[in-house]
Amino acid sequence: MSGATATADVIPVKRKMGSLERQRLWALRGSFAALSVFVVIFLVPPFYMIMTSLKSSAEISAQKGNPWIVQNPTMDNFIYLATNEQFQRYFLNSVWVTALVVIISMTIGILAAFSLSRMGFKGSQLIASGVFLTYLVPPSLLFIPLFQIVGSMGLINNTWVLVLLFPTLAVPFCTWIMIGYFSSIPKELDEAALIDGASYPQILVKIFIPVALPGIIAATIFAFTVAWGAFLYPLAYLYSADQAVLTVGIVRELIRGDVFAWGMIMAACVMAAAPPVIIYTFLMDYYVAGLTAGATKG
Amino acid sequence: MADGSTMVAGSAAAMSPAPRQVGSLKKLTRRRSTAALALCMPLILMVVGLKIYPTFYAVFLSMLDRKMNSFVGLDNFIFMLSRPSFHLVIFQSCLFAITAVVMKAFIGFILAHLMHNIRGKNQRVWRGLLLVPWVIPLSLSTLTWWWLFDPSYSAFNWTLNWLGFESIPFLGTTWNARIAVIAVNTWFGAPFFMIMYLAALKSVPEQLYEAAAIDGAGAWQRLIFITLPMMRNIILITVLYSLIVTFADFDIVRILTNGGPQDSTHLFATYAFTVGIQSGNIPRGASVSLFMFPILATLAFFVLRDVLKRNKEITS
Repeated sequence: MSGATATADVIPVKRKMGSLERQRLWALRGSFAALSVFVVIFLVPPFYMIMTSLKSSAEISAQKGNPWIVQNPTMDNFIYLATNEQFQRYFLNSVWVTALVVIISMTIGILAAFSLSRMGFKGSQLIASGVFLTYLVPPSLLFIPLFQIVGSMGLINNTWVLVLLFPTLAVPFCTWIMIGYFSSIPKELDEAALIDGASYPQILVKIFIPVALPGIIAATIFAFTVAWGAFLYPLAYLYSADQAVLTVGIVRELIRGDVFAWGMIMAACVMAAAPPVIIYTFLMDYYVAGLTAGATKG
Repeated sequence: MADGSTMVAGSAAAMSPAPRQVGSLKKLTRRRSTAALALCMPLILMVVGLKIYPTFYAVFLSMLDRKMNSFVGLDNFIFMLSRPSFHLVIFQSCLFAITAVVMKAFIGFILAHLMHNIRGKNQRVWRGLLLVPWVIPLSLSTLTWWWLFDPSYSAFNWTLNWLGFESIPFLGTTWNARIAVIAVNTWFGAPFFMIMYLAALKSVPEQLYEAAAIDGAGAWQRLIFITLPMMRNIILITVLYSLIVTFADFDIVRILTNGGPQDSTHLFATYAFTVGIQSGNIPRGASVSLFMFPILATLAFFVLRDVLKRNKEITS
């Protein structure tokens, strides 16, 4: 079986096609057709998000004709938000919280993964499994006791609470990815370095981090995604607008009373969804590889 | 913290080049494991302080009375179990998690197969397009779904009317709302299943299919006797993992229906939020979310069995 790639090459030479090839060509066409249907369905909400973001409030409230297509596209919603102090605050809060969370999570994750996969000590396996187990304890189980805990630390309604709590969402999985990548590095490599007199920090910085860079990128994207999109903790612990991040800011603050300024809300969603979408466009391969590496190994 | 532990690692490693006696080798090993433990310390502290401790604290909180100054044992749990509205929460949580995971796994499976037929550069583009639902932060895409379901401006209803059908109150009746939240979760989660299953499909050796084809196996037989057994592990682990995450889901229901109509779409997480944070009854909220624990623990047990196997392979 030379695979479907060969089939694609064969297409122009129609005369020579055997029945098997013809069958495969139809399978390929069928796949394209079915995938197109799925893509259309999957992209309805993002498409409508963008369309609505280009509409004025007047066009939305006096809906005439097809709502799927914008009649008089306007950038007013985006301009309004970009110059709106409140929205700038959400965006900035999201940016610095996410940046700090990514740095903290990756530092904790890489150090722990290096230690667990290479240095080994009594109970290191127990810790590796325990960490994964805690990853399975969801935030929706913990947010009420944590409300009391962060309350006693005086962090309620303070954006810093997210810097404290978001790493708990990201670190276990980041460590998990990094353990997988680090243990795929041949032991001979760091043994040779040890014999040459390299110290463990040198081994980590000069061998492990460069070799496992794809894994580091994958873990970083994961930490970024979690920190940027998390909703429950900021909703539960931040109640005033100036402390809010993008997700709660948009969901809670932009929807005020019964005046639904949907054009503006959708424009805010487009702007908030843009950073992750852009990052995934360029680095998706790393992320998918990191995500599936552990799963297909067993 | 990080600086301190690197220093420890450095001093231990500095010893490493010349272990002259057995005694110093032992010392070295001990130092190395001390350094290793130190590197793990931030992780351990974080997990103990912000995951394990809160879990036990939740148990403690759930046994207090509303004012949190006297101990009432299991009264909160018993009270919750006696409430018909809480029965609905249990029912809806199970319905939501099971239906959504089955749908996600099924659609993901189909998508993975379709994608597997397309090779090369094309596959990346299609995969990218299909991953979009999963990339947009869930709370924002749910907001868009809400707008799509809006009672008076719904774009879906406009399309239905245009095709000659009547409008549907998507979030207005119990079952419509239940189906809507499941649909949104399926939309969001199916891409994840797709990439996991696609990776699994790619790892099935082609020779197996060739051999089967020579033996005259049809497409269906190849699926049942080769693909499914080879993907068994990954299907199991993805489904278990997704059951945990879906069961504990919060964003979709909170934004789309906030539990309505008449509390019929509340999940454990959203109900705990309403009771614990919004109404300020912390102990009762804690008890609501703890109801998830036995189910999650059971699922986690099965996931962990698989994970332990992997850990043995890579840390030994």
